[in-house]
Amino acid sequence: MPNRADPRILRQRQLGLEPALSELTSEADYKNRRQLLRTLGKGALIGAGAPVLALSRTAQAAGLPPFKPGPYATKEERTAMDDALSYNNFYELGTSKSDPKDNAHHLKPRPWIVSCGGEIKKGATFDIDKLIGMFPLEERIYRLRCVEAWSMVIPWVGFPLASLLKRLEPTSKAKYVAFETINDSKMLPGMQRSVLDWPYVEGLRIDEAMHPLTMLAVGMYGRVLPNQNGAPVRLVVPWKYGFKSIKSIVKITLQEQQPPTSWNQSAPNEYGFYSNVNPEVDHPRWSQKKERRIGDFLRRTTEKWNGYGKEVASLYGGLDLKKNF
Amino acid sequence: MLSTRSLRKLTLIPCLGPGIELGVRAIADGFSPNPIADILNILGWWTLVLLLVTLVCTPLKLVFGWSWPPRLRKMLGLAAFFWGLVHFGFYYAIDQGLDFSVILDDLKSRKFIIVGFASLLLMLPLALTSRSSTIRKMGPERWNRLHLLVYPAAILGVLHFVWRVKSDYREPIIFTLSLFVLLGIRLLYRLRPKAKTAT
Repeated sequence: MPNRADPRILRQRQLGLEPALSELTSEADYKNRRQLLRTLGKGALIGAGAPVLALSRTAQAAGLPPFKPGPYATKEERTAMDDALSYNNFYELGTSKSDPKDNAHHLKPRPWIVSCGGEIKKGATFDIDKLIGMFPLEERIYRLRCVEAWSMVIPWVGFPLASLLKRLEPTSKAKYVAFETINDSKMLPGMQRSVLDWPYVEGLRIDEAMHPLTMLAVGMYGRVLPNQNGAPVRLVVPWKYGFKSIKSIVKITLQEQQPPTSWNQSAPNEYGFYSNVNPEVDHPRWSQKKERRIGDFLRRTTEKWNGYGKEVASLYGGLDLKKNF
Repeated sequence: MLSTRSLRKLTLIPCLGPGIELGVRAIADGFSPNPIADILNILGWWTLVLLLVTLVCTPLKLVFGWSWPPRLRKMLGLAAFFWGLVHFGFYYAIDQGLDFSVILDDLKSRKFIIVGFASLLLMLPLALTSRSSTIRKMGPERWNRLHLLVYPAAILGVLHFVWRVKSDYREPIIFTLSLFVLLGIRLLYRLRPKAKTAT
């Protein structure tokens, strides 16, 4: 059995990863805990108090529940996991690219509640481990394109946002979905400064939210989502610039009005509500025609919709993309 | 007091700053997963720092009466220009892969690149007229007038940085304040009666 001083384990810890439980304990224990997690997932809503929370911590240490390969897997080369875990924009943990990994330990992904409300049949709050167990998990390998003109290819593990939204039974008034990140300035060092108006908020049109590509990710590279990547649950909308894939979600609200989004509030002439990846619409201060795929030397041409045009272009038929950037 | 030669040798260290920093990072695996962006930023940062350091020389003379700072100005100024060239060359050749259309586009529509390029252009005549023989040929009056261009070069350089940053303005603010102080000291001494200036 590999011990915790194993350099491989230490490296994973350094990257802010919980090593897969199978690497730490015996096979029997590993299987038992996953069975426990599955049982938990079928349980009632929060209210169970301390025992549930204690088990949640174990569940996190237990690694991801089993997942299957999902649809929409690009064949492009995945970004090295080390890179995806050490080059992040997560200003709540600091504004440099290395801050989120260095400060990852400040974020506490347990206990964690996701509150769902607004134009739905009945408001619901989910303990994160219940949420993770609610739907079959899939691995989807998506391109992620940052507005800063760099990109990665990441194997996310999660489930379609649509699955959750359907379960919430939206009313006919639900035209948009609003998301909110954890707002804990005592816990998260970057929040001491108002580089953005906290909490970080994002939003999608209901059809964008219900699109099969849109997912809630709870893992990546086959393991639990690391803190610097938005633990314990984040959004992934691969045809939009990365800042729309909001991290560390605590609130999901269905509503009639278009929700405010943090970067749009910060610089409305630079970051729009849609922020669809579009090489034909430059950022006011830099071009969007090319991007640097992390790990590559030369830049590559950016594709409209980040290459997901076949799947999503129809959502925007007739929309002036230069005005509605 | 150290001799001018020794001072110049010491000044070589900051003049080689970017090279030293890049070398150390290369050895210590100190680059992010996006090393090209890192290198570009390091080169730009040092260019601006060296440019501002050249502007420290005169205030040191004005305030403390030291005569050695201005003697280091040529070396520092040439270093700033050199690294500015490397910064620009790296951007064009490495980051943008010698894509001419990108440069044209940049110089047409990206404010922060236009001012950065202008800042470098303004430094060119200063670099070209840095030799002692040229100073003698031009005469101090003409030379000093030409080298007033360092002020707009520095201002545009700081603006280039301010306009580049996404939202964390801490460093650009420090650079802007430093520029204000360095230019402010000169202005103050210009406005004072001559007798009070330290010689």
